[in-house]
Amino acid sequence: MTVLDQRPAVGPLGERPEVHSIGEHGSSPAPIGVSVPRRDGVAKVTGTAQFTVDIDLPGLCHARLLRSPHAHAIIRSIDVSAARALPGVVAVVSAEDLRDVNLVYGHAVADHPLIADGRVRFAGEPVVAVVAEDALTAEQALDLVEVDYEPLPYVTDPLEALKPEAPLVHEHRYDRGEHRGFDEKLEGEHLNVSSRAEHGWGDVDAAFAAAAHVVEGEYYYPMAYAYAMEPYTTVARFREGNLEVWASAQHPYMVRADLARCFGLPLANVRVSVPYVGGGYGSKSYTKIEPLTAALALRAGRPVRLALSVEESMSTIRSVSAILRLRTAFDADGLILARTGDLYLNGGAYAENSPRVANKASLRFMGPYRLPAYHVVSRAVYTNTVPGSSYRGLGGPQAVWAGESQMDEAALQLGIDPVELRRRNLLDKGERPWPNSRAFDADLRADFDVLTERLGYPGETGTGRGRAVALSASDGGAEPIGSAIIRLHSDGSVTLMCGSAEMGQGSATVLPQIAAGELGLPLERVHLLQSDTAFISYDRSTGASRTTTVMGLCIQRAAADVKRQLRDWAAEVLDVNASTFAEELGGLRHDGELLTWDEIVRRWFGGGSGEVVGTGYVRRAGVTQELPLFWEVGCLGVEVSVDTETGETRVDRLVTIGDVGCAVNPIMAEGQDIGGAMMGMGIGLREELVYEGETLVNGNLFDYRVPRTTDLPSEVTSILAERGDGVGPYGAKGGGEATVNPIAPAIANAVQRAVGVRIREAPLTPERVWRALQQRR
Amino acid sequence: MQESKVARPQVDVRLTVNGREHELRIEPRQTLAELLRGPLALTGTKVSCDSQVCGSCTVLVDGLTVSSCTYLAADADGRDVRTVEGLANPETGELTVLQQSFIDYAAFQCGFCTPGFLITASSLLEETPRPTREQVIEGLEGNICRCTGYQQIVDAVMAAAERSAS
Repeated sequence: MTVLDQRPAVGPLGERPEVHSIGEHGSSPAPIGVSVPRRDGVAKVTGTAQFTVDIDLPGLCHARLLRSPHAHAIIRSIDVSAARALPGVVAVVSAEDLRDVNLVYGHAVADHPLIADGRVRFAGEPVVAVVAEDALTAEQALDLVEVDYEPLPYVTDPLEALKPEAPLVHEHRYDRGEHRGFDEKLEGEHLNVSSRAEHGWGDVDAAFAAAAHVVEGEYYYPMAYAYAMEPYTTVARFREGNLEVWASAQHPYMVRADLARCFGLPLANVRVSVPYVGGGYGSKSYTKIEPLTAALALRAGRPVRLALSVEESMSTIRSVSAILRLRTAFDADGLILARTGDLYLNGGAYAENSPRVANKASLRFMGPYRLPAYHVVSRAVYTNTVPGSSYRGLGGPQAVWAGESQMDEAALQLGIDPVELRRRNLLDKGERPWPNSRAFDADLRADFDVLTERLGYPGETGTGRGRAVALSASDGGAEPIGSAIIRLHSDGSVTLMCGSAEMGQGSATVLPQIAAGELGLPLERVHLLQSDTAFISYDRSTGASRTTTVMGLCIQRAAADVKRQLRDWAAEVLDVNASTFAEELGGLRHDGELLTWDEIVRRWFGGGSGEVVGTGYVRRAGVTQELPLFWEVGCLGVEVSVDTETGETRVDRLVTIGDVGCAVNPIMAEGQDIGGAMMGMGIGLREELVYEGETLVNGNLFDYRVPRTTDLPSEVTSILAERGDGVGPYGAKGGGEATVNPIAPAIANAVQRAVGVRIREAPLTPERVWRALQQRR
Repeated sequence: MQESKVARPQVDVRLTVNGREHELRIEPRQTLAELLRGPLALTGTKVSCDSQVCGSCTVLVDGLTVSSCTYLAADADGRDVRTVEGLANPETGELTVLQQSFIDYAAFQCGFCTPGFLITASSLLEETPRPTREQVIEGLEGNICRCTGYQQIVDAVMAAAERSAS
């Protein structure tokens, strides 16, 4: 039975399409659950939305970077005299000119100098910066800089880097950064291991000894480039002893902390302001070029803009590739007894966030399955390549690639249908995936039934075609640390202040929806200010799918704080007991009269003005004590067609269930699920960064192929499951990173069903598929 | 945006942008994107790949889609340029059916690729008012989006076509 994509007929202008949703999430105030138009919508369709590169300041000058051609070298000398003399050049800067700055930053491992200092560790590392009146002059000045390098032996492969004779990327260990996020033991590890994570429970040895079937394999997931279409851009200015930075950054407060440390400034004297971010996907999480830009502003004595090109951005941060050696033990009925693994992640020249990626990958191999025993060790390894860091899914895409490929391999080996094998092992809602973790908060069993039904699994597909599924469960939400401020003004309008950034995921719309709902006010009365550390209170980060949950809780608490104060104020003004009030939408009812919030403000202050300020905090306590904050669950299936002559593989149908608890804005939640699936599809079929020798050979968009409209499956079915089972407002959980995890293994599984070859190395390029087909013949 | 303080050869160009005539002194090497985003302060047009691959910088020159990151500003002399800022009604601010459909169908997220998509899609619909879904997909192949996964963009363009017809 084929399932047709049943999009409703087009309605008149202004009418939104319906989103298919299953489940009941309980009651919530308007406009929660309404696909209201994006708050940044008009600005983005008229071109008035401001991004960092659109910012202009008086006296702004422009920076360009000279980058190392060598993967590993000592910098013997730098001659900038000719460059400095070029008319229009304002400053030429290397590490030697920055001895009054703490050059090194790094939230997980403090190993990264903001500009190369005596040594370069990857081809593309910035060595000298030129600041000039205009970009062309800066580029011309770069040609006049002379750098004398002494090349050193280099290593680009993580397994090579672990050999005793391997060149050392770093010659000593560094202090652990305060945000590394987990404990680790590094004694006895090769110096090229930047971090090591180990997780486990139960007795894996006994499990494997008792197993009826053992399935094992080595899988490979490539390095990829997130390609946020707005490249890295920062504007920096020192003024009156304060540092002001505008940046395309996901975590303004983390960047502020690094800047404060680099320049020896109190947090209060550092401002990081983030306008609309032109795509993030994890690639703009944590600090990037902000300290360097600020250092240039310091030396130039003027505001500086550093705007990288896409090619430069590809040599700034990439995602982390992984070699995953995994084993699963099954009993005779196909129940998993244990999973074990060793993961080697190519973290690049500086640790960046690869330690956390390694840590999460070691957990996300679990899958949404009942596991009596588990033991995984993962190592992030230094190599002389572009630094690897966060990417959507954070270790999930890598780990689930292996875990869900192996489930289908096991199904074949055990003679059990892959869907049935998963059903037998699925966690039930309420079970703890690992000891002391938050209980599984998704009815994945029900979602899986909907998925298989909509996919038409197994169905008859014809030759060269196949259908397959993949599931995932990620411990989502990162840290529960944040705050929000609500200011209700004397005219009843509201300023909502949240540290979350808007990078497309929709915080600019969802957060005001929550505030409006909580205060019982029309959405148009709520105005959001966001992502500016100067006047907005602390939020730890925008990532890990945490914003609706964590910032949403902060907003609920801030609204409660506002209402509690206004209740007290009204009691004072009317000289009655506060218990005599009944809360209603937009105010308090007393003696048959509705006192609106703003009226209470005006009467309390007198003189018709004033405002009430409410704050809400979230920390690891109460409902957010247990970690993870929520389980982000991936549940998707694909139908592929393979051209056996060329190896070309297409995804023709995609079905995905987004189990989000409560979709504050359903059409936006759906967009995140589809976007994530297509992003993961890119790595499943096409994308990989390739090193030959010390050089990244496809660090440009001609040779690195991201998905285009023509890659869109002809049938995309996106369904939301909303059962109100999350800890966030109205039972919300996180979304946006679920689909990127299972899509690549779903494709590999479908290819195996279509043409009988198992490919353990992503991406499944036509060449790889074709070679596999040849080998089978 | 400031103009260069370094003395370089200049040429005069006269062009119409979004219905307004401009006379400017520019450098021959400058791209149309630099002219639009710089002296004309029309920052809606975005530069991403800077090499004609991604479509973000797409504008219309004499009604044809052009990658403004590579098209020389001097070549726009005497021509009629339209950018994303020139789509909505200049007096009332009323959005086009296409722009409103983008909002209704959530056809953008971060918004960086959106101006390019709107220009390309406007041109597509002008040429083919009732396109098939395949024609929309082919017509937009030159525009990259990283956020949406394209489904909602294609839906929005199809909806705009249907709404304009009725």
